[in-house]
Amino acid sequence: MASPAMRARGPRKPARYFGIVPRSPAFWFLIPAIAALAVIGIYPLLLALYNSFHQYKLADLGSGTPFIGVDNYIATLTDPSFWGALGRTALFLCVTLPIEIALGLFAALLLHRTELPWMRAAARVSLVIPMATTYAVVGLIGRLIFNRQFGVANYLTGLVGIPPQDWLADPTLAFVSVMIMDIWQWTPFCALILLAGLSMVPKEAEEAARLETPKWSMILWHLQRPYLLPGLTAILILRSADMLKMFDAVFTMTRGGPGAATEFISVYIQRVGFRLFDQGMASAQAIILLILTIVLSRLYIRFVYREAA
Amino acid sequence: MSSIDMPVTQRAKRARAARKRATVWHFLGLVVVFLSSVFPFYWMVTTSLKSQADALAMPPVWFFTPTLSHYTDALFEHNVAQSLLNSLIVASSATFLSIMLGTPAAYALARFEFRGKEDLWFWFISNRMVSPVVLAVPFFLIATKLDLVDTHIVLILLYLTFSLPIVVWICTDQFRNIPVELDEAARLDGASPWRIFWRINLPLAMPGIVVSAIFAFIFSWNDLLYALVLTRSDAITSPVAATSYMSGYELPWGEIMATGTLIVLPMVVFALAVSGRLVQGLTMGAVK
Repeated sequence: MASPAMRARGPRKPARYFGIVPRSPAFWFLIPAIAALAVIGIYPLLLALYNSFHQYKLADLGSGTPFIGVDNYIATLTDPSFWGALGRTALFLCVTLPIEIALGLFAALLLHRTELPWMRAAARVSLVIPMATTYAVVGLIGRLIFNRQFGVANYLTGLVGIPPQDWLADPTLAFVSVMIMDIWQWTPFCALILLAGLSMVPKEAEEAARLETPKWSMILWHLQRPYLLPGLTAILILRSADMLKMFDAVFTMTRGGPGAATEFISVYIQRVGFRLFDQGMASAQAIILLILTIVLSRLYIRFVYREAA
Repeated sequence: MSSIDMPVTQRAKRARAARKRATVWHFLGLVVVFLSSVFPFYWMVTTSLKSQADALAMPPVWFFTPTLSHYTDALFEHNVAQSLLNSLIVASSATFLSIMLGTPAAYALARFEFRGKEDLWFWFISNRMVSPVVLAVPFFLIATKLDLVDTHIVLILLYLTFSLPIVVWICTDQFRNIPVELDEAARLDGASPWRIFWRINLPLAMPGIVVSAIFAFIFSWNDLLYALVLTRSDAITSPVAATSYMSGYELPWGEIMATGTLIVLPMVVFALAVSGRLVQGLTMGAVK
């Protein structure tokens, strides 16, 4: 997106805000949006930064909010449950994302073939449904499907002879249940991005390749792979950022439980801030999470937008 | 067609059989894709139409007499109607504001050259990545101080943090596709920059603006975290109402799923309307 034409041009003039002369029309077009995002996006972050250096316990405001330096950061970075939440998030990412990409690629290849146009259209439309489902409702559906007594998951596993499980009460199975719902919701996203990549392959080259070899894996590796890479980069970075954000579905499905088995980083920070009422600590954790996010979005801009430009 | 009566060679016969086999696998694969995407949604909708006994039956009931009683119970006894109205107010206000603020900014990014433009663009992009919990923590304190907890206005403002960037991203792309010659011709005729934007570019960019508005609406409608933290009773949105059933032993599954259906169904309709540009919206315009 960022074309070289976006870069600076013309001589330097004084009194510029973001390089815009106040009298130029660009300034007036931009200032409402910039002002709005600064007030609602940047000011709260500065406040969080300030609070992160103070003791700020909502349940204990009588003792004031003294400056305590980097104590909140030290407490966070030495807190095993913070690392536990971060580690779980990383584990979830490392297990779920490859499955989503593999299934997404499988679906994209099926949708890319030329035969069965009606079936392909129906399957493509059906992919929109998981993506459009409100995350909180995904969690509720998960609770219904993985219910111990009447959940359809137990019914389906029963068909192949596996005894019924208490999915949401067992730490490992609860983790797997959340994974399955995430895979359900986000595989279509991967599929559509990869499908967009596949459709960039020149038609003639693909037909020539099909005459050369009947093996789809050969065509995938030697012809289609380079066209899939930009989309794959976008998936990797965006899904990583999404998993740092993941809250709604987990909250409605397991509330982070049983124990802390599905307490991912955003769920954990929410608990510290709004269940334990330690705003100072939660602010420090939010700042650490923000730093991780900034790194990810820099990577995204670096790799994805540069390639798209 | 030349109809030479040549015997079909072994090779061609085998190739045709292989093609047929591939089509069968293709068919089965597409059926699996379709069923697995639709099933959880289908299960939610059917459960919302089942009586409590049917909903809790094991093995599950596939055929049943549908009832709408869960919908009336959820809407009027559990007050989901009010929460849907709140969601509608909050999401459409956030969408309207983000279009009003975002389209001029997108136009400036598409048309004018200035220093720091790239940085500004990237700042808009990075808002997509920020976890809501990062803003929810300080915003809660601000809202408490300003006595804005449990009001629509605080949610509308917070939803701007993601709806405004998406409007800017999608519309910048749209404005770039409008020929610059139109602007130049209008300028020669003495039109002001605002007039060029309002009378020429805005109508031409309408398709992109509508798409971005739908995305802004969907994202605002779907939020749970901000609404959970910042509303109590008067301003609760429908996702919060949907989570509020989770207490007691005998959960009213029919009502829960009826609420879920009422929340999700309009979003599915909207998403289908923009399905061709779903990827562009979700990747912030990077992948089309």
